[in-house]
Amino acid sequence: MSRIRQWKTRRNAELGLLAFAMLLVAAFGATVEANQFDEIRPNFWVPAALIGILFLGLHVVVRFTAPFADPVLLPAVALINGIGVAFLRRLDIARAIANDEPVPGFFAETGGRQLAWTLLSLILAAVLLLLLRDHKVISRYAYTLGLVGIVLMMIPAVLPGSISEVNGAKLWIRLGSVSIQPGEFAKLALVSFFAYYLVRKREVLSLASHRFLGIDFPRGRDLGPVITVWLFSLLVLVFEKDLGTALLYFGLFVVTLYVATERSSWLIIGLVLFFGGVYVAYLLGSAIGGPFANFYDRAELWLDPFSQENYTRESGNSYQLVQGLLGLGTGGLFGTGPGAGSPGKVPEVRTDFIFAGLGEEIGLFGLAALLVIYLLIVERGLHAALAVRDSFGKLVAGGLAFTLGLQVFVILGGITGLIPLTGQTTPFLSAGGSSLMANWLLIAMLLRISDAARRPANSIAERISGPKKAPTQLHGAMTEVIKP
Amino acid sequence: MNAPLRRSGVVILVLFGLIFANLNWIQAYKADDYRTDPRNQRVQVAEYERPRGSIEAAGGVALAQNTETEGELKYQRVYPKKEIYAPILGYKPVDGAAVGIEAAENDILSGASDKLFADRLSDMFTGDSTGGGNIVLSINPRAQEVAWKQMTDNERGVTKGAAVAIDPATGAVQAMVSMPSYNPNPLANHDTAAARQAYDKLEADKDQPMLNRAVANTLPPGSVFKVIVSAAALEHNYNIGSELQAGSVYQEGGATIRNSEDEVCPGSTITLKKALTTSCNTAYSRLGVKLGRDVVIDTAKKWGFENEDLVVGDLESKKGLSVAASRTGAIANEDGSVDKAALAQSSLGQRDVRMTPLQGAMIAATVANNGSQMQPYLVQQQLDSDRRTIYTAKPKELREPIDSSVAKDLQEMMQSVVEEGTGKNARISGLTVGGKTGTAQNVAGADPHGWFVGYALDEDGKPVSAVCVMLENVPGGHASAEAARIAGLIMKAAAGQGGN
Repeated sequence: MSRIRQWKTRRNAELGLLAFAMLLVAAFGATVEANQFDEIRPNFWVPAALIGILFLGLHVVVRFTAPFADPVLLPAVALINGIGVAFLRRLDIARAIANDEPVPGFFAETGGRQLAWTLLSLILAAVLLLLLRDHKVISRYAYTLGLVGIVLMMIPAVLPGSISEVNGAKLWIRLGSVSIQPGEFAKLALVSFFAYYLVRKREVLSLASHRFLGIDFPRGRDLGPVITVWLFSLLVLVFEKDLGTALLYFGLFVVTLYVATERSSWLIIGLVLFFGGVYVAYLLGSAIGGPFANFYDRAELWLDPFSQENYTRESGNSYQLVQGLLGLGTGGLFGTGPGAGSPGKVPEVRTDFIFAGLGEEIGLFGLAALLVIYLLIVERGLHAALAVRDSFGKLVAGGLAFTLGLQVFVILGGITGLIPLTGQTTPFLSAGGSSLMANWLLIAMLLRISDAARRPANSIAERISGPKKAPTQLHGAMTEVIKP
Repeated sequence: MNAPLRRSGVVILVLFGLIFANLNWIQAYKADDYRTDPRNQRVQVAEYERPRGSIEAAGGVALAQNTETEGELKYQRVYPKKEIYAPILGYKPVDGAAVGIEAAENDILSGASDKLFADRLSDMFTGDSTGGGNIVLSINPRAQEVAWKQMTDNERGVTKGAAVAIDPATGAVQAMVSMPSYNPNPLANHDTAAARQAYDKLEADKDQPMLNRAVANTLPPGSVFKVIVSAAALEHNYNIGSELQAGSVYQEGGATIRNSEDEVCPGSTITLKKALTTSCNTAYSRLGVKLGRDVVIDTAKKWGFENEDLVVGDLESKKGLSVAASRTGAIANEDGSVDKAALAQSSLGQRDVRMTPLQGAMIAATVANNGSQMQPYLVQQQLDSDRRTIYTAKPKELREPIDSSVAKDLQEMMQSVVEEGTGKNARISGLTVGGKTGTAQNVAGADPHGWFVGYALDEDGKPVSAVCVMLENVPGGHASAEAARIAGLIMKAAAGQGGN
């Protein structure tokens, strides 16, 4: 590759891809109208244009604050976010028609609310890009963020169920009509803390070990933080009754640990601990019930959702899972087409089960395309981690990208019956403000790190992006031992 | 740190690959199963887009029809006659499989049948949703309603039983009643929870209202079985005047056979005709033992016993109400040799002999139809949505257990039963009636079941109707007398006389 090419910012490519994504969103909206009203109304393009303007705004911010950022990330996320808004609007339209109500306006109901959340999320992302010109600055606040992360994660567990519980999982803070899932933000804070902690401790974690059964086991005292987080994730599982969140936090920690130390023994230990913990929780659920009962029930439903007994149980039945699977199956290879299916049959189709509802209408081919776009986002994030030059940035980008991928796997695996169902949101697609905001902050971080990764380390780059400031040191970097 | 990062990328790739593989399983491989799963409400909405065809009795009396609704499912299935026809029609629930004729003729009723291809083709051009085809049953509504009324208002307060009437010449079912019955309307409720609740309640009822006792339940037929033994005798060098050994008691292989009352055939001999007329147990037990096990079992088989795949619906599709097999039992000791005690009892329709009421009606019909047993059927016609006929039943002979001379002898014997024997209650003015009563002991200490099988011939000797009435556990003695009375009234209605 020539040196000239490296300096290209690719911002125009980003703009072009963004325009293409918005065309797809507009086409989705047009098909919905054709199927729901039997005509495409003249202003069908307005929602796509509105959301396009929002992304255009973020694009301008990226152009000035992170000119070398990965050009694919923003359009890929924008496409999913745009399809999400359009699909939620489609559900609003169907509900209005069923209830003989007028067609909701562009800013009304779930679709309109999601549009507003998108605006807010993009503003947050832009603010992060504007304020945080160097990702290494975060390391200064690592311990604060770690504490904040744990507090955010634990808040719903200690709140009374009337405020924190939705459908059996205690993951929310509900105040009046607003509900926040603090765990979504905890993800970001915890990744930053883990990255900082591991960069400082990586030598001792990776070198000091006992060899047993051909696996290098770390020393007991170094295992401390892993055991702590493992216990935390089990506590989350028990008190918040949510396997998905537990899996997410634990997977996040194990993977950052593995990346930092480059020792696969961590993966093995982590997997054994997690699945051991899950199995014990399952046994406890069947034996003593109590806080484990919810998890046990979900495992039972997962094993045989179609049995009539599980389907018609009084509480905690497999009705939702079965209806989701029936919707996906009805969609088949090509789907019924946007607006032509009956996604309203699936409970919680706006949040947890949006993928099943969408799957009925866009079919296997549409979902496969959507999966590829998610994969693209994750792999682009990992690519930024590979290319960035500092260990802290590598761990943060790697951890964030992996978590995003893991979250997509956990919810889609749950909906398709691959793993027990958990109440995760589908990133950028599901209705809900906290998830959207947290995930857009995550993308802003990836954009920031990818900007650092792709920024050429020479004077031409400085001419493009202005004079370079004094390099920011990783806070407390003097303790980092350089591995030979 | 780059190597583990790359491996993490591979992990995500693998995880996404699993999701993709699973989606293929769901959306490609299992798609058809999921699309047609009864729990898939999308199927129902599409199904209820057009009206389901109606089911009618002969003469156009509507038995299952639709009303339009305001809801998402546009049509509500309605059964105006409630309990009376439920065992025949079954019902069509919103979220499950239909039963009865609703299930057997589902292709026509729902409009999915290939026979309605022209309708669907025209729908494509007109954009309308033509309704499904209609079914006209062979049921004679007058006979059906008389049967229902007489069964449920019987003079002995019996709560369980069944009655079947068929046209001996064609096999067309004229009436089919099962008691107790159920109201199918709540089961077709669009509120699936309410429908399920109604179903669970019926399912938990120990009287089994959803069991079609006319075809799906077998009970010991008692002396009705003597018609079969008589046929076996007539085919084995006996005639109606042959003298049989009788007497008040007969002991065979540890079994003691007595007559129902002491004044029945106390003499040492009795003619075959007289033995049937008075229902002489000792004569028939001795006769059965003399004829031998194999003759008794084979003769019963020739009349339709042991037949496991009979269905009563239309004569073309082999779909309909499935009929439980009637049985004679093995009549054997553990080593396979003939159990004479069992043979003596089986010849009276006791021991392990079991029969459906439909089989009883078919026996009477065969005698009336000069030995030719017609295949019973319920569906007279299938009509398309414009009421053009697309199928009319072409009666089929099922088997010919006896020749016409044996049939004539049996007619003479059975008519004697009604004229001067145990079946006097079945007499109808203006028609020649033949029949046979049966009083079947069952559980020790319980009241016996009362049976009557019979047929009616018009003035020209042509068969009009053949009936079987079965009442379970009849209190107060002479269990079959009430069955005979009801059978007479059903045949009278089927012949176009009387009724409400």
